[in-house]
Amino acid sequence: MEPVIDVKNLYKSYGETRAVAGISFQVERGEIFGMVGPNGAGKTTTIECMEGLREGDRGEINVLGLDPINQERQLRPLLGIQLQEAHLPDNLKVWEALDMYASFYERHLDWEGLLNDLGLSEKRKTAFRKLSGGQKQRLFIALALLHDPELVFLDELTTGLDPRARRVIWDLVREVRQRGKTIFLTTHYMDEAENLCDRVAIIDRGKLVALDTPANLIQKLEINERVIFKSTEQDLSAMMKGLPGVVRVEQQGERTIVYGKSDGFGPIVTAVVNALTDGGISFRDLRTESPDLEDVFLSLTGRQLADQRSTA
Amino acid sequence: MKAFFKYTWTEIKLYLREPIGAFFTLLFPLMMLFLFGSIYGNEPQEMFNGYGSVDVSVPAYTAMIIGTTGIMGINITMASYREQGILRRLRVSPLRPMVILSGQVVVIFLMTLLGMALLVVAGKLVYDMRFEGDLLAVTLAFILGSLSFFSLGFVMASVMPNARTAQVVGMAVLYPMLFLSGAGLPLEILPESLRNFSKFLPLTHVVTLLRGLWIGSSWADHTTEVWVLLGVLVLGIGISSLAFRWE
Repeated sequence: MEPVIDVKNLYKSYGETRAVAGISFQVERGEIFGMVGPNGAGKTTTIECMEGLREGDRGEINVLGLDPINQERQLRPLLGIQLQEAHLPDNLKVWEALDMYASFYERHLDWEGLLNDLGLSEKRKTAFRKLSGGQKQRLFIALALLHDPELVFLDELTTGLDPRARRVIWDLVREVRQRGKTIFLTTHYMDEAENLCDRVAIIDRGKLVALDTPANLIQKLEINERVIFKSTEQDLSAMMKGLPGVVRVEQQGERTIVYGKSDGFGPIVTAVVNALTDGGISFRDLRTESPDLEDVFLSLTGRQLADQRSTA
Repeated sequence: MKAFFKYTWTEIKLYLREPIGAFFTLLFPLMMLFLFGSIYGNEPQEMFNGYGSVDVSVPAYTAMIIGTTGIMGINITMASYREQGILRRLRVSPLRPMVILSGQVVVIFLMTLLGMALLVVAGKLVYDMRFEGDLLAVTLAFILGSLSFFSLGFVMASVMPNARTAQVVGMAVLYPMLFLSGAGLPLEILPESLRNFSKFLPLTHVVTLLRGLWIGSSWADHTTEVWVLLGVLVLGIGISSLAFRWE
């Protein structure tokens, strides 16, 4: 089947600054595709090129079989777009915004229901300027979904929302996918990408550094399990290093941290516990940690996404 | 078509919710009419060739509304829509750019027309205003003047970096023009030197055309005004369609 989005070798610079430096990927019908990376990585430029708002310097883009620049008019009714920076007139009321935007499409959903799903029903007579940041964000998501588009672009969809509102929107996005629609989203929240996306493209400094399902990205890490425990026994490093799958051991006073890749050996934690018990070594506070996309980003770029972990 | 009507209707509501715009279009000209009407009445005056102050003020204030809606209304609305990203949001919908622009023109035209209607009604009822012209001719002149000034507004909006600048520049252009064109004060009270200068202001030509047709003079007496305003209109459309920016 033809991909919904096909981007080949996209380049885009603003003056001296290279925002996108040769990105290629495909998005399949019915998937939630996430693009993650720090601010300034080139996510918004890429999404705006696909939306037909910007033209790439080089490369090819095909969206729903159309060229976003030359066939913009045919493409518009098929796309639902939530822009990162957008606004409505200050005095426009919520219901007027939906009513007006609905009239721009030949076919549209019942927007009262959409308002309800997004928890905006009570705000239907409120002017745009009196909405909170989160309410504005939800209204823009409603405008993007209003006409039941084939392909939805959501740029930083839950920025500024509280954890509960984020979960509501995640559910709504999943529901849209259930109806066979395709979603392309950008986020700098790794937990959002991990929870919501079928596949994730990680971009950094305008380049695609990885593209796979969240589980596979994590699975491919050199270290995908950490076992931490405390013991009064001195230096257990040598013993731990000998266990199958263990890559590295850190000793911090009483605390031992075992890093390993469990692939093919069964969980590292089993080996660690067995070794400790067999050796008659007493231990306490044992726990395991699984890496997340944050660790994937760190291992791929050598940098932390830093402070961008969300609170959800 | 449904999109056009819905968009235009929404813009009308928004215009009326914005107190400053509605004040200068609808109320301020009426206040001027009542203020000067109460001072001078509408008795025939030699300075105005036997017409009264109200008889000449109503077409002149109509020109004032045209200047205000074009140079302030269109200009500030478009500049702030662009600055705030309202145009950006409209652009990603299937609404065509021409619908957005013509919707703006229709709204501002209707508001200008409403402002004029209020003046005419007040002039007629309160001061027994005289109207000796041809209704069709005056209507055409009103449309021509309005469209020329709206096109100027679009030209200004396309070069303004933001709404704040649009407002300041708009005021700097509009206010001297209101006083020097005969729109706010009758040209007859200006000294000869200023009157010569005022010929270079496009609004003067709206005032002259409307005042002339109002009292029954013919198009043939006003070829200069018509050509100037047509020129402004054509140039305005040309420049603003080249310079228009979504963001």
